[in-house]
Amino acid sequence: MSTVPTFSRRHLLGIEGLSALEIESLLDLAEAEIGVSRQIEKKKAVLRGRTQINLFFEASTRTQSSFELAGKRLGADVMNMSVGISSVKKGETLVDTAMTLNAMRPDILVVRHHAAGAAELLAQKVECSVINAGDGAHEHPTQALLDALTIRRHKGRLQGLTVAICGDVRHSRVARSNILLLQVMGAEVRVVAPSTLMPARIDRLGVEAFTDMRQGLAGADVVMMLRLQRERMAAAYVPSVREYFRFHGLDTEKLAFAKPDAIIMHPGPMNRGVEIDPLIADGARSVIREQVEMGVAVRMALLEALARNLPNA
Amino acid sequence: MPDARTQSAGLPNGGHSPLVLENARIVDPSRDLDATGTVIITEGRIAGAGPETMGQGVPDGAEVIDCAGCAVIPGLVDMRVFVGEPGAEHRETLQTASLAAAAGGVTTMVTMPDTDPVIDDPALVDFILRRARDTAHVRIHPMAALTKDLAGEELSEFGLLKDAGAVAFTQGRRSLRSAQVMRNALTYARDFDALIAHHPADADLTSAGVMNEGEVATRLGLPGIPREAETIVLDRDLQLAALTGGRYHAALVSCAASVDAIGRAKSDGADVTAAAAITNLSLNDNDIGPYRTFFKLSPPLRAEDDRLALVRGLADGIIDVVVSAHDPQDVEGKRQPFAEAADGAVGLDTLLAVGLRLVHEETLPLTRLIDAMSTRPAALLGLEAGTLAAGAPADLAIVDLQRPWVVSEDLLHSRSHNTAFEGARLTGKVIRTIVAGRTVYQYD
Repeated sequence: MSTVPTFSRRHLLGIEGLSALEIESLLDLAEAEIGVSRQIEKKKAVLRGRTQINLFFEASTRTQSSFELAGKRLGADVMNMSVGISSVKKGETLVDTAMTLNAMRPDILVVRHHAAGAAELLAQKVECSVINAGDGAHEHPTQALLDALTIRRHKGRLQGLTVAICGDVRHSRVARSNILLLQVMGAEVRVVAPSTLMPARIDRLGVEAFTDMRQGLAGADVVMMLRLQRERMAAAYVPSVREYFRFHGLDTEKLAFAKPDAIIMHPGPMNRGVEIDPLIADGARSVIREQVEMGVAVRMALLEALARNLPNA
Repeated sequence: MPDARTQSAGLPNGGHSPLVLENARIVDPSRDLDATGTVIITEGRIAGAGPETMGQGVPDGAEVIDCAGCAVIPGLVDMRVFVGEPGAEHRETLQTASLAAAAGGVTTMVTMPDTDPVIDDPALVDFILRRARDTAHVRIHPMAALTKDLAGEELSEFGLLKDAGAVAFTQGRRSLRSAQVMRNALTYARDFDALIAHHPADADLTSAGVMNEGEVATRLGLPGIPREAETIVLDRDLQLAALTGGRYHAALVSCAASVDAIGRAKSDGADVTAAAAITNLSLNDNDIGPYRTFFKLSPPLRAEDDRLALVRGLADGIIDVVVSAHDPQDVEGKRQPFAEAADGAVGLDTLLAVGLRLVHEETLPLTRLIDAMSTRPAALLGLEAGTLAAGAPADLAIVDLQRPWVVSEDLLHSRSHNTAFEGARLTGKVIRTIVAGRTVYQYD
């Protein structure tokens, strides 16, 4: 296994545009990082002296702590900045914040923002590397990478697998990044959602769209569930939790249509009893907790790959 | 009505000495004329323009301009211009907008009432006209608010506002939610022969999105605005126009289905007209690329088949008018993530040159373009403009139809720089713009 990545970009703003080779090299490097996290001495020095800022405009315990641990395990100085509603109210724009942080000379900026394109905009304004940790309903590339790593460890490959992405595809950056990544890697991707939560012209992304879970799951190797936010009820996308669960929640009966060895995934945080039956979420075929572990590994791999391309590296 | 004819701020070079434009290709849609000839201007008015004036001799003291290789057109009448005066002068004043207008061959601009305060009172119409007279380089006619404070509830004083100089009534950027208010507006407008200019856009469907709904939006993860946001309200308005007999003008349309709807209404005999923005006629949603906020517009840039339908509608005359929809936004408003950025683009400087693309690619005759940008809007608004007929005010532009240029920020005269045509290679440049016989812009 090679530990010299062919990934030589300055930023990771999305999966779009990445080649299969680049993705594979990141996944291979991530395999090696898993070992680091499982040692007692969970430290490497590749980011020693480097400053990593996690700039989160949206609260996210999971992604933020994963990036924080990944940076620290590689020896970086990590600062978390949670920019709440208050400073937005003070009138400071995203670009103002970026310029201020840029003046503090960070090496890597990890950004999560509620607006699509925010990471791209930041990358235009700062001199350091930018990692998109989720921008609106656009992309969440490290989630797709960690999902791919998890799938690869269970299925030994991505090529030729059938992956069903189910739930609120319309509002999901996880879905978009996964669709892009899985297709580059040669998997067949399906999306399953009520029509109100299906993005317009999703067929143009090369996926097959289903509104019926049973049809969408038929013969699937991987079932990837998405979180349904409660706000969707207020905005008239779906009528109620119980109706959603009945038709789009993953339960034993619907799961029976997938392959017997299909694995169950969820980017978290889960709404048990909304999009997924608790028995399945915590059952033997669920790899949801493993996804969290792979998240740290993938982010370490990405940080390490970016570090090699930093100035003076 | 106050006389807005003598409001030129008076750049040097001109005064009221006679002007003779020789060897010009005279394009005057008002007389169905496209021929080589001479234009003679005396006392700020056209004394003659056409082949028949050739060799008639030159009035005493006249400045003679050889226009060989150039077209002379009636000055453009831009029916949809947003300014920042009063209230947001840092974005645009009447003066800076008029400089951009002059550079673009626009000799009459019609301003929108979406200012602070809203232009919904005769005294404010008078304010605009006086500021225009004192500071602007081209003619300015305000549209007044259709409803008080643009709130969409109470009608503004159509009669008093029209007397003060308002040329039409509009909700500006907004769209009327209430069919009942629209019905009453169209009905009441008949008594004053007032024109209702309305941007049809369903408020709920529009506010749920930030760009055209479709593949590009899905890829960018941006919420889409369906075409039906426009057609639902347009269909409502067209039915109400038929019901009331009021004069209705769809101030901006962007989709193929809207062209069809307007075509049907016209063939049914309704007194309706429509305009499209030059941006919607020349760009599509692919141009947004990586979240370029200068392409965030209202109505949004649609798909290529919509654009083509608009161009066909323009050629057929279903789309009567082309506007710049000039909407200056400051850096702060545009340097945002796409979904949070302000809508709008400046367009006075580039209106004609971008329109000429359609002429050069032979999808539109030059006379129809000039008709849609000058003669037709002047007629709709009842303005003494849009023609080179003898006796008309000498508002015109000399255009080198073949001169190539590249749009760059420093060439634009607007105070704001949010152009959707930065870096665009255009063919056709305004060489000189004349208002009331005086040169207000000269390219050097």
